[in-house]
Amino acid sequence: MPKIAVSCDEPSLDAAVDPRFGRAAGFIIVDPDTMQFTYQENGQAQSMASGAGIQAAETVIRTGAKVVLTGDVGPKAFQALTAGGVEIVPNMAGITVRQAVERYKTGHGAPASEPSGPAHGGLNMPGGGMGGGRGMGGGRGMGKGRGPAGGGRGMGGGGGMGMGGGRRRS
Amino acid sequence: MFEIVVLSGKGGTGKTSLTAAFAQLAQPAVICDLDVDAPDLHMLLKPETLQTVSFQSGYEAEIRPEDCTNCGICGDMCRFDAVIPGDEAPIIDQLHCEGCKVCVTFCPVDAIDWNLRTCGQWYHSDTRFGRLVHAQLYPAQENSGRLVALLREQAKELAQQKQISLILSDGPPGIGCPVISSVSGASFAVIVTEPTPSGRHDLARIADLCAHFKVPAGVIVNKHDLSPARTAEIVADCKAKGLFLLGQVPFDPEVTDAMVAGQTIIEHNHGPLAQQLREIWDNITDHIKNA
Amino acid sequence: MIIAIASGKGGTGKTTVTASLAYAWPDPVVAMDLDVEAPNLHLFLHPEETGRQKAVIEIPVADESKCTYCRKCSDLCQFAAVKVLGEVLMVFPEMCHGCGGCIAICPEGALTPGERELGDIIWGKAGKVDFIMGRSRVGEAMSPPLMRQVKTKLADIAPAGTDVIIDAPPGVSCPAVNAVMDADAIVLVTEPTPFGVFDLGLAHKAFAPMGKPMGVVVNRAGIGTDEVYRFCRRNGLEIFAEIPYDRAIAEAYAEGRIVAEAVPSAGEILTDLGNRLRRLVGDSSAKEASRV
Repeated sequence: MPKIAVSCDEPSLDAAVDPRFGRAAGFIIVDPDTMQFTYQENGQAQSMASGAGIQAAETVIRTGAKVVLTGDVGPKAFQALTAGGVEIVPNMAGITVRQAVERYKTGHGAPASEPSGPAHGGLNMPGGGMGGGRGMGGGRGMGKGRGPAGGGRGMGGGGGMGMGGGRRRS
Repeated sequence: MFEIVVLSGKGGTGKTSLTAAFAQLAQPAVICDLDVDAPDLHMLLKPETLQTVSFQSGYEAEIRPEDCTNCGICGDMCRFDAVIPGDEAPIIDQLHCEGCKVCVTFCPVDAIDWNLRTCGQWYHSDTRFGRLVHAQLYPAQENSGRLVALLREQAKELAQQKQISLILSDGPPGIGCPVISSVSGASFAVIVTEPTPSGRHDLARIADLCAHFKVPAGVIVNKHDLSPARTAEIVADCKAKGLFLLGQVPFDPEVTDAMVAGQTIIEHNHGPLAQQLREIWDNITDHIKNA
Repeated sequence: MIIAIASGKGGTGKTTVTASLAYAWPDPVVAMDLDVEAPNLHLFLHPEETGRQKAVIEIPVADESKCTYCRKCSDLCQFAAVKVLGEVLMVFPEMCHGCGGCIAICPEGALTPGERELGDIIWGKAGKVDFIMGRSRVGEAMSPPLMRQVKTKLADIAPAGTDVIIDAPPGVSCPAVNAVMDADAIVLVTEPTPFGVFDLGLAHKAFAPMGKPMGVVVNRAGIGTDEVYRFCRRNGLEIFAEIPYDRAIAEAYAEGRIVAEAVPSAGEILTDLGNRLRRLVGDSSAKEASRV
């Protein structure tokens, strides 16, 4: 099974899952088969004025983890993780890292097909958000945010929403 | 948990005065002042500070003159007019510095430091109506909304800890970063407007923002008697946009008197004005219960 | 001369004062609305629009066929606008501040300039007053990029040396600072209430380090307390004018009228304010000239 990243503010499997993704203190990167793990700090994301979700996504992707277990993932982080081929399993807050991993292993963690957390910061709204679509690159955009969509190059077409639809689960 | 945020678009419509009154009626609730640029709620709630935390966000560039060769590359590349030329070495104008790191990156001799910025402070406090989470950005700092997001997180954690199901926030004016940070994910927006062309114009913009975030919104027309004609226009706008009409409040100098006395309108007035605000608050709570 | 009308607190009367000052200004003048999130000046000056344009900010466009995933762009960007995510080069246009760094640093030419829309710049004429404003797109998080473009456009619509009166956004963070930074003098409009005084204090702290001549207009004088006068005395802030609280003024404002025109007593006060400001900036420039 591929490595799993779990948001957590300390390097302990028995610590609580951090409900935040973008501003989490760090991530436990665990091999679910052996339960061996390392801890990846989320330092840079924490001091950014905005874009922490995207930054955290990059950090997680670079560890090689293919799954994220966390509380909430906002639209930008969702888009970034999806582009990087990472499965997102939200709503894992309130339990320990170990419990979250067990839940996932036994098929109880439902992957998200859309962001679960609120958007922060700027957003593209219909009516000009993509700047007239000049030279925004071809390929399919991330528009619908339905799970890992490997072809998501650049910002694509997709009506230029660039935010993965930004729909909240109600 | 419900999160009610009081917004306006236009400044000066009465958000803070009304939020204070609602805070009195909302107990138990965690109260939040999300106007971190020019916070005023504390003047009515008179908080006792329990905890002060320094807030750092973003970076700024600083040239070390002793290492600078005055090649001018930083000035050529800076898009924000932040590099002021000098005889020995340029200086970075912190007011203009966007924190993009281009100068630091392209400096051929690594003569530019990249320092974390301390932008302000935030606080956990206690008030006669319950706990308050608030902040003060230092003057002339960037207001990216990050501090707003941090306050909301703190308020949520606090509410969870204390098993309180309501957060009531005094929001910032405008529709930019800090407002976006206040609105997204909130349960309900209370938009306070006034019957003036500006009030109406800005109501449309803030209402659009709330609609985009799928945050249901209701409107209070404050100082409605200044212009019955404008008030009627606003009422029509609300109906057309699906905004709930929460109520209308007449202009009343007692609002200022209450502010001067450091009291909420409801503490100060025992007549129709206070009664009206109670009714409006009941409207608000009905809406969130039905959401 | 450039005069910025600012405040800490919203709703104190910046737009009211700007509209009236521009209306009564004896020399050629441009009224510039830099409160791009909530621009209201046009609602009072009723300019006839003579032109508009979309304001855009330069953002990177990715040509992934050229990308070698070296991560130089990803590591440089402070705003998470461009990221290498696994085997994907992704741009987040709404995050971009337009610094051009990623485009400059890419060794393969995989990033080229594109655009994101910020909002509109609109200009026109209101009687003899030239007018220009910015209005940000709803959802655009940043004001300063649009504000910068409005300021740049100013040069196209009015001859150099025309006086400018700026309606600034409220508050004291980067949008407000951006609005006042080019001014020759700053007018802080306040109201004599506790909120007004507190926010005036913040504005004073924020703008005083710029070293520009600065003074206060007390609007709705007569309500609240005298605290604002004590504050100004303590901090050496000159009171340029007092506009008394007057229901007639509030109602004229609610009707979208220029207060100086609708309420003669207010008109006199605002005309005097204009004279005072012209003397102030004239004197300052003379002092500057004699120092050189």
